[in-house]
Amino acid sequence: MSTSNTRNLDGADVRAIARERSIVICCGAGGVGKTTTAATVALEAAHHGRRAVVVTIDPAKRLANALGLDALSNTPTQIDRSLWARPDSAEGGSLWALMLDTKSTFDTLVMRYAADEEQAGRILDNGFYRNVSGALSGTQEYMAMEKLNELVHDDRFDVVVVDTPPTRHALDFLDAPARLMRLLDNRIFRLLMMPTRAYLRVASVAVQTFLRTVSRVVGSEVIDDVVAFFRAFEGMEEGFRARAANVEALIALPSTAFVLVTSPRRDAVEESAFFAARLAENGLGVAALIVNRVHPRFGDDDAPALHLRAADLRSSVVGADGVTAGAPGPPGTDDPAARLAVLYDRLADLVTVADEEREQLAGIAQRVEGGAVAYVPLLAHDVHDFSTLHELRALVFSS
Amino acid sequence: MELAQFWTSRVLIVAGKGGVGKTTVTATLAVTAANAGMSVLIVEVEGKSGLPALFDQPGLEYLQTELAPGITASTLTPDAALVDYLEGHGLKRISKRLAHSGALDVVATAVPGMRDILVLGKVKQLEQAGAADLILVDAPAAGHAVSFLLSPAGLQDAIRLGPVRKQADDVVELLRDPARCQVMLVTLPEETPVNELVDTAFAVEDRAGVALAPVVVNGCVEPLGFEPPSASEVSAWANAADRFVSEREAGELAAAGAFWAERAALQEVQLARLGELLPLPQVRLPFVPTAHLRRADVDRLAAELATGITALGAHR
Repeated sequence: MSTSNTRNLDGADVRAIARERSIVICCGAGGVGKTTTAATVALEAAHHGRRAVVVTIDPAKRLANALGLDALSNTPTQIDRSLWARPDSAEGGSLWALMLDTKSTFDTLVMRYAADEEQAGRILDNGFYRNVSGALSGTQEYMAMEKLNELVHDDRFDVVVVDTPPTRHALDFLDAPARLMRLLDNRIFRLLMMPTRAYLRVASVAVQTFLRTVSRVVGSEVIDDVVAFFRAFEGMEEGFRARAANVEALIALPSTAFVLVTSPRRDAVEESAFFAARLAENGLGVAALIVNRVHPRFGDDDAPALHLRAADLRSSVVGADGVTAGAPGPPGTDDPAARLAVLYDRLADLVTVADEEREQLAGIAQRVEGGAVAYVPLLAHDVHDFSTLHELRALVFSS
Repeated sequence: MELAQFWTSRVLIVAGKGGVGKTTVTATLAVTAANAGMSVLIVEVEGKSGLPALFDQPGLEYLQTELAPGITASTLTPDAALVDYLEGHGLKRISKRLAHSGALDVVATAVPGMRDILVLGKVKQLEQAGAADLILVDAPAAGHAVSFLLSPAGLQDAIRLGPVRKQADDVVELLRDPARCQVMLVTLPEETPVNELVDTAFAVEDRAGVALAPVVVNGCVEPLGFEPPSASEVSAWANAADRFVSEREAGELAAAGAFWAERAALQEVQLARLGELLPLPQVRLPFVPTAHLRRADVDRLAAELATGITALGAHR
């Protein structure tokens, strides 16, 4: 098993992540191709002969269909080998996928830690609890980690690849367990739940104030549910706390790899840098940075020189009215100089983008020092089936 | 369409999938409106964004800041909106305490959509107060945008009485009045963003009952205007134009031309699909060849947007 501080910056290292690590967590800003990257990592692992499962959060419809996730399924579904395997795929590999269902994952957790069926039933039927999975910020992130916890201990898999929810800060899942614990630990509610008479007297002032306040804001109907939930939840905090600690330990294992996914655009790169810093604060490293949608650079000429050549060509183009035309050639122009000018301008545009992207990326590559970096060129088409996923796989994992 | 007629509602909610340039389009709309003499307030609901950078300003955390003459940006978090709301309802003394005790988490969980209603309620208040000629709301990313807009109606079902119910009623009234509020959807001319835009559009209109403004397609490349040439054709053109182009350079020009043409062709396919799937006017914004948009780029996009809006009239 490889360690988290491999130093080579070549494709071989990215391959090692899919081939050797047992947990791969893909994170990054929204819209950078995180879900697709997670699927690609799992495919590479399976192709290499490992038994891989990918937990997706909200895949685009066509990718979900390709992964056999027509309906929401919270348990791993094996994808038929004939669909994903290629002639050079190693024997023994298998590919599984599931789409995270926050609510049923939470339900499972409640059933696990409830003292008896009666307690579990009281919680599962509670109106406030039913809202927790949908409305409490961070629940989805927490359940993604909980799902990871569950799958890691499943003997059917060698590697679990997790996609993380698209959040603006891209790292809510690191804070999610703490946030949930804070809710369950809420001081006011602890007072609410105090059973003995002595405490009740102390609590009553706080309780009265709080209940009055909430009633004035949202109406009194919701309060019964809230109180009932916290009463029902009593005694389960320890189980949840232990579980949260478990997840924290899992993500710190040397066999766990964080894969940071980004695009080369400024805002995505800034978020990635921020995320890398946050991981470092938590004593975690970025095992790999995968940069999607990178523009190709054609040739070595610089953009201003290319634009100058376009301008020079254009100045020689004679317009239909017999005077020199300074404007870009009209669409469909058949004047060779005008066409050449258009080509020079487009080449210059692409060179500009490519250079600026490399500039944006220069800093982030340093931030993930010790991690592998893979640049994936901008694809002209969508990745939504195994043929395009394999194409992407070859691009990410080729050295 | 006359530029002035384009702004039919004071509140415009800008929504789209992550990475499609929602913030860029918000900035472009703001500059376009400001150029037409309107005052603009941009409301951000998710905190940290790239908005200040588009105005060449440092991306500091802020509550309210002037980005350019006539353009103000304001960050509206549910916590701040709650404190504001409570203070406005004579509950100043307990507002801070409620916000700091973590009780908002509990209340917001007990009442799904609470955070959204607080933010939208504040937007409604700004609209009623005439805080600006145009209020642009930079909505949460696509899927979340729908639940954001559905929250007030959901709350109407859940709560029968009290100030929150009143707030929900007022917000629903705002959202369902096309003369006061519309949603502008942003996409890229690519397959997945187009698919998601279509899904979002139907959800916004049918389920949330909010009117849709024209769709903005960001990042459209201009077609070459001719078939992409081979390297030898490029050399032949160079000869005809009496220019020297090395073999290497001819190859690079041909490769760039082919890359560009392929992208333009795929874009046309997706734009046509979008037009078929969603009968809404499209405003196209050009692809800006940069990885780092600056104020000058936003100005250029604003000019293109104004042109695009004017052209809409011709098609209607």
